[in-house]
Amino acid sequence: MEFFHSVPRYRFMAVRKICYVISALIIFGSIAAEAVHGLNLAVDFTGGVVIEAAYTGAANLDGTRNALKSAGYSEVTVQNFGSSKDVLVRLPPLGEKESPNDVTAKVESALQTVDAGVQIRRTEVVGPQVGRELVVKGMQAMAITVLLILIYIAMRFRWKFGVGAVLATLHDPFVVVGVFALTGMTFDLTVLAAVLAVIGYSINETVVVFDRVRELFPVMRKETPEEVFDRAINETLSRTVITKVATLIVVVALYLFGGESLRGFGLALIVGIIAVTYSSMFVASGVALDLGSSHRDLMPSERREPVDDLP
Amino acid sequence: MNRYPLWKSLLFAGVMILALLIALPNLFGQAPALQLSRKDGELFTGTTALNEVTATLAREHLDPDAAFVQAGRILLRFKDVPSQLRARDVIDASAPDSYAIATTLASRAPQWTRTFGLKPMSLGLDLRGGIYLVYEVDVDGAVKQVLSRLERDYRLALREQKLQYESVEGGAGGVDVVFKDAATATKAQKVLEGLDSNVTLTGSTDGLTIHATLSPTQVKQRQDFAIQQNITALGNRVNALGVSEASVQRQGANRIAVQLPGVQDASEVIRLLGKTATLEVRLVSDAGNAMEAQATGRAPLGTKLYKDRNSRPVLLKRDVVVTGEQLTDATSSYQNGEPSVSVRLDARGGDEMLRTTQENLGKPMGIVFIEKERQLRDQDGQKVAVDVTKEQVISVATIRGVFSSQFQITGLTAREGQELAKLLRAGALAAPVYIVEQRLIGPSLGQDNIDKGVRALEIGSIALFIFMAVYYSLFGLVANFVLLCNVVLLTAFLSLFGAALTLPGIAGIMLTVGMAVDANILIYERIREEIRLGVTPHAAIKAGFEKAFSAIGDANVTTLIAGVVLWSFGTGPIKGFAVVLSVGILTTLFTALMGSRTVIGLVWGSKSAIKRLPV
Repeated sequence: MEFFHSVPRYRFMAVRKICYVISALIIFGSIAAEAVHGLNLAVDFTGGVVIEAAYTGAANLDGTRNALKSAGYSEVTVQNFGSSKDVLVRLPPLGEKESPNDVTAKVESALQTVDAGVQIRRTEVVGPQVGRELVVKGMQAMAITVLLILIYIAMRFRWKFGVGAVLATLHDPFVVVGVFALTGMTFDLTVLAAVLAVIGYSINETVVVFDRVRELFPVMRKETPEEVFDRAINETLSRTVITKVATLIVVVALYLFGGESLRGFGLALIVGIIAVTYSSMFVASGVALDLGSSHRDLMPSERREPVDDLP
Repeated sequence: MNRYPLWKSLLFAGVMILALLIALPNLFGQAPALQLSRKDGELFTGTTALNEVTATLAREHLDPDAAFVQAGRILLRFKDVPSQLRARDVIDASAPDSYAIATTLASRAPQWTRTFGLKPMSLGLDLRGGIYLVYEVDVDGAVKQVLSRLERDYRLALREQKLQYESVEGGAGGVDVVFKDAATATKAQKVLEGLDSNVTLTGSTDGLTIHATLSPTQVKQRQDFAIQQNITALGNRVNALGVSEASVQRQGANRIAVQLPGVQDASEVIRLLGKTATLEVRLVSDAGNAMEAQATGRAPLGTKLYKDRNSRPVLLKRDVVVTGEQLTDATSSYQNGEPSVSVRLDARGGDEMLRTTQENLGKPMGIVFIEKERQLRDQDGQKVAVDVTKEQVISVATIRGVFSSQFQITGLTAREGQELAKLLRAGALAAPVYIVEQRLIGPSLGQDNIDKGVRALEIGSIALFIFMAVYYSLFGLVANFVLLCNVVLLTAFLSLFGAALTLPGIAGIMLTVGMAVDANILIYERIREEIRLGVTPHAAIKAGFEKAFSAIGDANVTTLIAGVVLWSFGTGPIKGFAVVLSVGILTTLFTALMGSRTVIGLVWGSKSAIKRLPV
């Protein structure tokens, strides 16, 4: 089977300016969504208490809220989790004097007043300092990853390519985070891991196109750089599509069948892969082209004659 | 002809056979089991105890699927949880207090895999349930402890030498001693210098103040020491719980992560882990009758009523000779063939002990063991945490000689001696700790997670295999075979490292599969391109691999960079994911480049003329 019987001749680079605008809008939209809706950060980042409990029958959410209120917890969120029987209780971070153990014990006895057969499936208590550190560490990890990749690409290709790759890469997490802000899905540690994986994946994609550009420049001496980039994207298009289908098959399976714990991870990757496809084709190549990548940048360096041969 | 060099093919085959062997135990899954360890902390040798236990179980018609001694502990594997739990009760009833029994999971892999030392990946807490705790050590508190001890020592020393001081006060990073006149200050400096050589003393310009400071290296040392001590203390207490595969690890600068797989009673565990112990030395009072004090419930003035280990009353003087804060070390040893605990005191405590023993030769002295723990009490229907202090006189002995900073406590069994030394060490030196993160995953959620994770992996992989086979026909089957090799190799590596499989780890394996297929796609698309250009099939295969190489290499190195950074910054679940992602990239490079080439070389390489490639 073959989707692309011959190399297509789409003129990707002709629309790159439009794509810049689209990308700018996406990034702006993502920031706006985060500002308006806010990101539903998990306790991993905010600190606080999460308790997942399974009732014997359909969960009585209002009853649960009232029971917790009379136990002294007014600032709680109670919601269904996965099924109608399962509830997720979330409390704000503990005060200095409160011990995690006491709080979970209290919540447990409050839930038992609603349904004696309630089963605690999971409790998580995270101190606010842990969450703050995680945010800082996450940012650092992202910054260092991007920097190292920039250096690597600059070494293997040219700095113009490095800048293009990094801009495209930075673009993708915005899309993922924006979707999480819009849908209100919980952004937890595994989603952060997925976002960082998306960064890696984005670079992976860009490199494949750049690799082809590197290969084509010496053989397409007469064509303009724009034509070289177009040709490179077209020649790798078949691979790009097939790879995306293959990876999406796996990630969609993760999203659909991986259960509640992996749903966010799956969604982040699905969105990420789609964003990556767009950014590696339009943003990365576009930026590298607009920074003035030309034949000279990627010509094999002229070989110096060995000194011995001199008269 | 397009044969791949034989040695490379053989290398690939060899690695894969080895990997298959190492990964094999993972195929058998795990079953509920009991782990028995000796209560006295010794290890089981031989099979006497094992035979006893299995005989006990056989009488109750409980036959474990497997029973063996592993690393000095007895492991009994059962077919289901009910028989596991029944067996625990049977063993506990037949020989109470002789074993610490822990419920655990054991691999169903056959005996011979154990003989070769092959082990399956252990399951992470999110897949089997358990408790995850992160303690934060108050390292500043540890330094403050040192400073306040210094402060006390200085006051005492100056008073003893009759040197008048204005104030002795602990400030940021040091202690300030202020005098009324410079002459006293100069004299005092000599005295203070003799107390602790590790402290730097500097005089102020007006000559009235002496600053005592700890150097940054000393502060750092003290902090590291505090963390190390807490790790040791927590490690000892965790071992005492008898939980299998428990771990206590330093996390970052000042945190300690404790993992207790399979444990469900969080409050009980935290109570046991939070125990601290210390001791006090007091003289036995001769002013009154202990029995009488107990009967009336009133101790004579200047005395305090205690109980000894046999619950007999003892009257000790209210004045403390030495407190736990002055204790610097405790080790168990043998004194004249008798088990004993050797206790070491700081300079201050040593001086006090010296004076007391000189003045009270021939009189009895008592050592009080103080244990503090947090307990949850029901108070008006609400659970309230209460700090409970247990005090007990562990030894009363006549002072037979003069001693100072080092002495022995005797009259204990070897086991008690070890326990006491451990507890004292932990109690004396532990900086304050508090829990900053606590996660409890119930067993049902763990099972759910593993079921769903594995199902997603199966569905995703099968769908991917079908897609590849349809799109690339026979070459797609090769890609699928290579992907399987990749998963086997990845599993082998993770088993070899002793990594625990977690939910993010499963996600990482899936992502590896999804991304590894890219390397094959790059190669196959290249081969198709070459064929389109009219190149012969053999040349197309060769060119396909060669030309795809730089793209595969660069693309994977950049992803590897992301993986390694993730690993070095992440904790817990992120780390697990990063390890799988990074190792996965290496196995992908190996299998996609070497594996694909080997298989394709084997199938098509020897044919002299291929009309059409099934790609």
